[in-house]
Amino acid sequence: MSTKPKVAIVGAGMTKFMRRAQETAKELTFEAVRAALDSANMTLDDIDCVIHGTAPDAFDGIHMKGEYLLDGSGGWKKPYMRGYVGGGTGVFAPIQGWYHLASGQFETALVVCEEKMSSCQPHPQGAFLTIFDNMTERPLKPNLLWIFALEMNRYMQTYGLNLKDIAQVSVKNKNNALQHPAAQLGKEITLEEVLNSEVLAWPVHREMVSPTSDGACAVILATEKRAKKVTNKPVWIKGVGWNLDSSYWTNRELAYPQYVENAARMAYKMAGIREPKKEIHIAEPYDPFAYKELHHLEGLLLADKGQAPQITADGVTARTGNMPSCPSGGLLGVGNPIAAAGLMKVCELFWQLRGEAGQRQVPGHPRTGVAQAWGDLMQVGTVIVVGN
Amino acid sequence: MPKNFYEKVAIVGVGYTPPRPLTPDVSYKEMIYEAAVKSYADANLASHKDINGFITCAEDLIEGTSIFDEYTPDQLGAVQKPMHTITGDTLHGLATAVMNIQTGLMDIVVVEAHSKASNIKTLSHIINYATDPILNRPLNVHPTYIAGLEMQNFLNRTKTTLEQCASVVVKNKKNSLRNDIGCFGATLTTKEVLESPPTFSPLTQLQMANHVDGAVVFVLASQKTAKKLSKKPIWIKGCGWISDSPTLETRNWASCDYAKLSAKMAYKQANIKNPKTQIDFFEVDDTFSYKELEHLEAIGVYKDGTAGRACMNGELDPDGKTPVNVSGGSLGVGSLLEASGSLRTLEIVKQLRGEAGPRQLKKANTALALSWRGIPTTSGATLIFSRK
Amino acid sequence: MELKGTTISKQDIESGKVLFTRGDPNAHYTWDTGIGIGRYLEGLRKGKIFGTHCKKCNRTVIPPRVFCELCFSPNIEWRQLKETGVINTFSICYVNWDAQRVQTPHLPAVIEIDGATKGHGILHLLDEVDPKLIKIGMKVKAVWKRPEERTGAITDIQYFKPY
Repeated sequence: MSTKPKVAIVGAGMTKFMRRAQETAKELTFEAVRAALDSANMTLDDIDCVIHGTAPDAFDGIHMKGEYLLDGSGGWKKPYMRGYVGGGTGVFAPIQGWYHLASGQFETALVVCEEKMSSCQPHPQGAFLTIFDNMTERPLKPNLLWIFALEMNRYMQTYGLNLKDIAQVSVKNKNNALQHPAAQLGKEITLEEVLNSEVLAWPVHREMVSPTSDGACAVILATEKRAKKVTNKPVWIKGVGWNLDSSYWTNRELAYPQYVENAARMAYKMAGIREPKKEIHIAEPYDPFAYKELHHLEGLLLADKGQAPQITADGVTARTGNMPSCPSGGLLGVGNPIAAAGLMKVCELFWQLRGEAGQRQVPGHPRTGVAQAWGDLMQVGTVIVVGN
Repeated sequence: MPKNFYEKVAIVGVGYTPPRPLTPDVSYKEMIYEAAVKSYADANLASHKDINGFITCAEDLIEGTSIFDEYTPDQLGAVQKPMHTITGDTLHGLATAVMNIQTGLMDIVVVEAHSKASNIKTLSHIINYATDPILNRPLNVHPTYIAGLEMQNFLNRTKTTLEQCASVVVKNKKNSLRNDIGCFGATLTTKEVLESPPTFSPLTQLQMANHVDGAVVFVLASQKTAKKLSKKPIWIKGCGWISDSPTLETRNWASCDYAKLSAKMAYKQANIKNPKTQIDFFEVDDTFSYKELEHLEAIGVYKDGTAGRACMNGELDPDGKTPVNVSGGSLGVGSLLEASGSLRTLEIVKQLRGEAGPRQLKKANTALALSWRGIPTTSGATLIFSRK
Repeated sequence: MELKGTTISKQDIESGKVLFTRGDPNAHYTWDTGIGIGRYLEGLRKGKIFGTHCKKCNRTVIPPRVFCELCFSPNIEWRQLKETGVINTFSICYVNWDAQRVQTPHLPAVIEIDGATKGHGILHLLDEVDPKLIKIGMKVKAVWKRPEERTGAITDIQYFKPY
């Protein structure tokens, strides 16, 4: 299928990530779209179709949230589509943008992701009550922390890991976020401070958890023909992958995210990547909880099973390491407005590969990067490989 | 947009559970499984493992589950496969499957849509939850008033009469009598329709579709594979989907732009210059009586103010010049909420295959399906199907 | 890079400096349990734990289902499983669903039920155990509600405890 158009990212923009934003959800969306369009010197008239990504409607307290947000997203009188794979949405939305363009039907796409979690009272966690099975689990009154704690515990036990192995990710990412202008939680923090933070749901400690956030993020995609008119520094989408595992999560091995590996293999195959450890220069794996970055580095085949803590300790994933992971500061540091946070990772690769990441710029002119998000009931992997 | 680039994709399998007002015997997973098994058999698939991608069309608050994407894969045989949710009508899902196949990344893609409307105890409250939380929702009015506003505007603008609107109901409920899956077939007069209890004036009770439960699963395939799998592939020749303004205060009530522009997009792809002569029959959204007429005028089949007269004259009857909703539509068969587009498509597949039994149209080569996402949205999609 | 976004504090809202509207969702559902889960819940009411066995995959699963999601066959057999199991993973949770702290921690666990294929468990709670002593691999047993209190729900099992 060599006749299919190549697709590039040609612009990116985002709002700050905040615990509480004064802007409404529509206003946040608008600001991100505006920034992305400006960065590509484009207007809405140049946009053929719009893809919107946003996580549960329960956060904003709006049914059919994609419809409500569509004017803020620039979707008015355009082909407008909202895809949805829970927490995996932020990386899935640009994949959707890719297939809109690679189908040959459109030449440009605007991809925007938004979350305003602060609308949900008394706490956004309440919106997660209803993610559990309505018949067999919800009567137990589960909360979101349970599944992370259960998965983290299984991961640690299976590979004989300790809390320090996990906590070092928080230290790295929160420190990285100090240089991100959108960051909500960038801070100088030590391993001891992470380990001494409150235990929320053992083994999960407070400083191992990303915050709830308000924010929005957008990218502009274009086919090869159009991309070359817009910029001389296009960042190409080389590979895409997505994969959903069974909803019977209590029947699955939680120590390893097989679905992430499946999604990664799909994306690597398309990108012609045979040895990800060598060929991927920079990674933005999904890190809503500290252990998840490790889990995902393994699923992405960037570390052997159970070995992600070791390469982290060795400094491989530091901003100055051989394969920087979450140089943005990740969800742990920049913040976690769910879908927007996933797209933030793609924006980070865009800026890093163009050499425009300012103080966050990783050394060595990275040429190929991977971003990944994860969601549902520990169940979905979304992976995008980009290169210049 | 690229000119005349539209690779053909076909529907090669359909499976469904007959829509019913109540389905206490099966869970949503069991209902969908039944439809999937029938669909895969209809498509002559050797195994569910041959399917490359899966799409479910669903909205969280309709399901009563946050992140409903979690619960979509098992009943389709999609475990550890690329699968995602589209928060849209079935036609949005089908358009997405078409794009997925056109990229060359996938050969066979499944689209599922369902309704368990009977399980929702507070549907009107949930739909009200889709209106603007700051400006509209505090008014605390049953949201179907929005249809009343729209109908009033339509009647004033086009001089369509109430009797003409009622004749749509008479026609569709009569058509449903010959559809073995129709739930609300009846022989009525326009007088009876107009004298049924007033609801959201000028609407009356019988002018509003009733909700039903059911599931429909489609198998789509690339041109090459479709010809191998099916003796009667039904080709998708064009897909359009458009959203207008979500805001009640600023939308243009006088123009049904989602229908007009989505049809324009689909016509262009399918190379249709004159829909009335080039398309043999139409299955368009008729959630409310006037919607069928409004949609027919918006997609250019009738000039403004003439569709009602055509319905009264019998032109829209199965033996008329322009058969519309031969299936019985949502008014006659029942509304599967967002899966209603699947029933429009199902009828088209049956007719184009020559499998519509007592309602089989003599001339059934090309057909159009139009869906609307319902109150309070201005989003809809148009698909064009052909035997060739 | 100049980014947009205006941070406000909880006090800004509480003091009325920033206006807001309120809405409590009135969203209620009655989900049809269907054949598979319906029979599972009926079993629980009778103090029995049922699973299903897929002959083709040679796999016994819980919660039961009327089709195998892997081979996609409806050729399954119902099996009564034991009321004992093994802890697959657990947590000691100090936070409620609304992020409020709780005095006595909740003890959620995935429990692999004896009689099901290894690795197949359910989500439930632990009790009558010192949280510090809980281990992955620990054997536990269902503690039921009294028969007259059972309603045909997952909560007919109050919790699991070590035995």
